[in-house]
Amino acid sequence: MEKKILFKYIDDPLQVNIDTYMSHGGYKAWEKVLKSMKPAEVIDEMKKSGLRGRGGAGFPAGMKWSFIPKDSPKPRYLVCNADESEPGTCKDRVLMEHDPHAVVEGMAIAAYAIGSHQAFCYVRGEFAYPAAMMEKAIDEAYSKGILGKNIFKSGYDLEMVVHTGGGAYICGEETALLNSLEGERGMSRIRPPFPAIEGLYGCPTVVNNVETLAVVPQVINMGAEWYAAIGTEKSKGTKIFSLSGHIKRPGNYELELGTKLSYLMNDLGGGMLDGHKLKAIIPGGSSTPFLLPNQIDTPLDYESLAAAGSMLGSGAVIVIDERTCMVWVIERLIHFYKHESCGKCTPCREGTGWLEQLIGRIEAGEGQQGDLEKIDSICDNILGRTICPLGDAAVMPIQSALKLFRDEFQYHIDNKKCLVKTEFEFK
Amino acid sequence: MILKEKAVAEIKSRMVRYPHRKSAILPALTVAYRQEGHLSPALYREIAKIIEVPYIEVAEAASFYTMFPKEPVGKYLIQVCHNISCALLGADSLIHYLEEKLGITKGETTPDDIFTLISVECLGSCATAPMMQINDKFYENLTREKVDRILEELREQARNGKENTV
Ligand SMILES: Cc1cc2nc3c(=O)[nH]c(=O)nc-3n(C[C@H](O)[C@H](O)[C@H](O)COP(=O)(O)O)c2cc1C
Ligand code: SF4
Ligand code: FES
Repeated sequence: MEKKILFKYIDDPLQVNIDTYMSHGGYKAWEKVLKSMKPAEVIDEMKKSGLRGRGGAGFPAGMKWSFIPKDSPKPRYLVCNADESEPGTCKDRVLMEHDPHAVVEGMAIAAYAIGSHQAFCYVRGEFAYPAAMMEKAIDEAYSKGILGKNIFKSGYDLEMVVHTGGGAYICGEETALLNSLEGERGMSRIRPPFPAIEGLYGCPTVVNNVETLAVVPQVINMGAEWYAAIGTEKSKGTKIFSLSGHIKRPGNYELELGTKLSYLMNDLGGGMLDGHKLKAIIPGGSSTPFLLPNQIDTPLDYESLAAAGSMLGSGAVIVIDERTCMVWVIERLIHFYKHESCGKCTPCREGTGWLEQLIGRIEAGEGQQGDLEKIDSICDNILGRTICPLGDAAVMPIQSALKLFRDEFQYHIDNKKCLVKTEFEFK
Repeated sequence: MILKEKAVAEIKSRMVRYPHRKSAILPALTVAYRQEGHLSPALYREIAKIIEVPYIEVAEAASFYTMFPKEPVGKYLIQVCHNISCALLGADSLIHYLEEKLGITKGETTPDDIFTLISVECLGSCATAPMMQINDKFYENLTREKVDRILEELREQARNGKENTV
């Protein structure tokens, strides 16, 4: 079912103003936390809520916060990941544009929970407007004494800065993001050490997605039990799904986890665009394996999507109809991953280049017998052998397409043309 | 100095917000790009001096980030998303349409230096595809009619000699 927690006030154009935000109960959670909760209690509450990271990996938020060493003499940092660049994903932008104070408040609470006095929001460079909305919200919060020194007379200080990127998908990967924030090239770091131990400037750091942080105030206000009662046994709460592609009503929809994919596509999305037949669905952003039409009733939660052979990922549902050539889809995606590879490790840097060449020549009608086996082998040699998950992200949709639509790829090679080909026209 | 006083002041005010000055490199590149429309070694040198880091560190960072053109572009940089959600709704035909309307091919600038056309990866507007970014602004749910109107308005603005607002 649709359930609006993050999106409760998303249609109110005044929600971006601090006064309106506060009239809706905004910053109450921040005040409560500062005045009456110890950091450990905040972390406990997050653990009990079952909230998992919404940036893609689904790691439990409370547990991540608890990894920050309690006794480290170094400063700690909280970083909000607003790099949003996984193809299909466009939800964090909506939160920053329409409810930026929720993000600020969530960041503040998370910072307090880990003992951080300095938080950063890393916004992808192209998001000039969302970044400006975040800066405005932060300025307003400072002017009301909600950020800065001695907040709510609690003695707690917190500085918050918006940092904008330079157009690199890899900077969404948390260690690349930290390098980028330090003024370096945005290349991933080898783990361990994990950011919780050695993150920004070598100090303990938590990186969380915008959507993860934006719901934190609600969890504090309403309580962990309330939040944990929403969703399924293991996938708690709501999640924003970005619905795009061949669908009648694309958009961002907030659903209780465990809601059926068919409900999102048909009841909310209005069904297939122009009545065409469904061919495939990417359920969690371009890095996740495809689902087939007979899997349309899969519940949208971490476990069910894993059982269906895919992933919840960032919640970007991309709908593909029967007119679409899957070789063409995969060519688009591998071009992206090749372009965005940071180049630090060989399997990803070279492998994505070879894959792009091979898939490109099949799509161009120049494929040769044996190309599919070559692609299989390159994929096998990238998967699990790279410094960061971008390599896996590049391979997963390819392996999935070769498994589910192998005939279509073979047809391309045998006949030097597409099995189905539509030049999609914009209106 | 290429950077105007206002730009230098902004870089300085951003720099002091970080525990380490090097973090100001990317914000400084952004400020420089907003003023000039593209980056250049001369700008790296100025930024390096303001932030007090070696020139090479600024140049190195700049070379990594594709969002900043390194060569002059037209007054309006049109970036069409060619990634999957947009492609499914006709991004390729949008690019062709723009090529025809502007009389250039992707990667080129119109002879009057008003428009440069390129295509880019996903811009986080997938549910409002197809889309394009022109300088800092997003244009979504594009139709032929909308594109015609947008280009017309921008041409008009360029004719009236409005300042470059990347
Ligand atoms: C290539 C790559 C790109 C990523 N891009 C993003 C992103 O744009 N936004 C995001 O929140 N997480 C992104 N992630 C996941 C982050 O590394 C990290 O897991 C996440 O920000 C943690 O926040 P969460 O626990 O709240 O989900 C990306 C990961 C990889 C490997
Ligand atoms: S997997 Fe790719 S993006 Fe990640 S570190 Fe290696 S080269 Fe860079
Ligand atoms: S695919 Fe075009 S904006 Fe995301």
